Amino acid sequence: MAMRLALKGLGNRVMATIPACCWTIIDGAWPNHALKIPLMHTAFETAAIAASGIRAALDVKGEEDVTVMAWAGDGGTFDIGLQALSGAAERNENIIYVTYDNEAYMNTGIQRSSATPYGAWTTTTPVKHPESRPKKNIMEIMAAHRIPYAATATIAFPDDFVRKFRKAKDIVGMRFFHILSPCPPGWKIPSDMSVKVARMAVETKVFPLYEIEDGERVTINYWPEGRPVRDYLMMQGRFKHLTDEQIEHIQQFVDHQWKRLVHLHELTHGSLPEEAQATLTSR
Amino acid sequence: MKLLENSTYTVLKGNHAVSVGAKLARVEVISAYPITPQTTIVELLSEMVASGELRARFITVESEHSAMAGCIGASLAGARAFTATSAQGLALMHEMLHWAAGARAPIVMANVNRAMAPPWSIWTEQTDSLSQRDTGWMQIYNESNQEALDSVILAYKVAEQVRVPAMIVLDAFILSHTSEPVEVYPQEVVDAYLPPYENPNALNLEHPHAIGSLADPNVYMEFRYKLQKAHEEALRVFKEEGQRFKEYFGRAYDTLEAFYLDDADYVLVTAGSMTSTAKYTVAQLREKGEKVGILKIRLFRPFPFEDVRNALRGRKKVAVIDRNISFGHSGIFYSEIKSALYRDSGAPPVFGYIAGLGGRDVRPNDIVEIYEDLKQREEPAEPILWKGVRV
Repeated sequence: MAMRLALKGLGNRVMATIPACCWTIIDGAWPNHALKIPLMHTAFETAAIAASGIRAALDVKGEEDVTVMAWAGDGGTFDIGLQALSGAAERNENIIYVTYDNEAYMNTGIQRSSATPYGAWTTTTPVKHPESRPKKNIMEIMAAHRIPYAATATIAFPDDFVRKFRKAKDIVGMRFFHILSPCPPGWKIPSDMSVKVARMAVETKVFPLYEIEDGERVTINYWPEGRPVRDYLMMQGRFKHLTDEQIEHIQQFVDHQWKRLVHLHELTHGSLPEEAQATLTSR
Repeated sequence: MKLLENSTYTVLKGNHAVSVGAKLARVEVISAYPITPQTTIVELLSEMVASGELRARFITVESEHSAMAGCIGASLAGARAFTATSAQGLALMHEMLHWAAGARAPIVMANVNRAMAPPWSIWTEQTDSLSQRDTGWMQIYNESNQEALDSVILAYKVAEQVRVPAMIVLDAFILSHTSEPVEVYPQEVVDAYLPPYENPNALNLEHPHAIGSLADPNVYMEFRYKLQKAHEEALRVFKEEGQRFKEYFGRAYDTLEAFYLDDADYVLVTAGSMTSTAKYTVAQLREKGEKVGILKIRLFRPFPFEDVRNALRGRKKVAVIDRNISFGHSGIFYSEIKSALYRDSGAPPVFGYIAGLGGRDVRPNDIVEIYEDLKQREEPAEPILWKGVRV
């Protein structure tokens, strides 16, 4: 779904590269190819540089109008691919990098990654010792590179999703997307709940929808009324074991992160929209 | 060829000869990371790109792993890609070397031989490149700066025909940082020899396809078969193009080079710059009436089995001098040469000497001593004969 929305935003003059991730399988085994754009599979840690290499070739050949997109999972982005991603971001490569984040190594059977959130069960963070650290903040890492554009999106907000990709298409330089992408088996949810869970992640402020331009200007795109994080967590089997204390801990963490984000929005825009105040108080 | 009258003769360090070779080959994307003793190759290319002398994109990547991944992306998107590295950098690339060959990206890379750490060393040894033997890359070993320049052009010519990547290899410092007179060919002659890079399988918007997708056991083996066949084809093309090289540039190249070999009873097998020392020594031994010659290995992959057999058949004894080692086995050229001679009816006994590791000098006197040792040695051969080790 995320890929369909992304390509809807980007059009058909796109070349993509995909490292080891679920999409290695989804696109189909040789000689099948599900996408209608050229695709180069590449090694796990190389999505950003492989895209940079394609970009360089197209530039030399005078095909500057072709968009080059890297499409990687959270493992290939937050963990093993971070070095090459940082390099590409720091050089401000003219590419779009998308991480579809399902918060663990799902392709290999649900092992924790540095994108796995606090409290989550995975096969390497069993219920007796669930994930003890908060999720790595990839957006802040990307913003620290002062790239022209970074944005979050989810399939639960398709208009926002497509708008951001359309916007990114016309920006020159490094563009980064963080897409929360529920994985039914990994999150222990029914498949038909994917969109609802993604929506709830936004409504509970666990996964805010926002953009960061030039690494500094923060714009929150959706102001949730603010529901307790419990509503999001309890939809998913991977959080079923959490105690009230742990849930409260997550709530405080989420509230704190949201306040920081709202503050950055205010700093950027000089004021807050009316609906903002309610999000800071309600649960 | 008349155009060659416009060649310029200049004094170049080995590394700069490689840079000039890459420029003459009109490389379009350079993706590189600094490492001693390679760095000056890409420094000069960077200057050429900055000045507009070379129309190319230079990607200053954050690691050698990315250097190779960037070249693969560029090559599969239809650009002639180049990089250079040494030792640790080459080892870090290992995964992507397999990837480049598997994806059939005809990249050319220069590797300046440097000993692997620990202990740290920046000096020459061939174990770094020979450790990448099974990655599917062609490997061309060079004795002189001229040969290094020529090999870049020749490597692209062969690599792009068979779509197999090629590594050109030269010794740290002895070549990389040593100046020699080099003939730099006019661009139009190189252009006549080496046409622009065309890859019919490159990423293409009109005919979108996927490169490198999952291959199940029903098809994977066929991909490997095709890569092996491409190497076999590369051997033929390399010999053919090496001869054609003479028509354009006045120098012919083959998989091997013979020196005083015709009537030699004893043969020293070498690769890289050590060959020059051996040639100097053998010329002197010849003056004393010794029937000794040299077989220089230029092309290591694809391995020229037939040429090696033909060159060594009927000799009295052969000494392979390896500036490299496969631990728990022996010198790498030594074992490869022996495998080529297996069951050849006229195969001579072969002795393997390890010398010059970590950049230790191999002097003419060492070559003389190896030769004297070879003459008096009797079979069976020891797995390793150490030359110049202090124990």
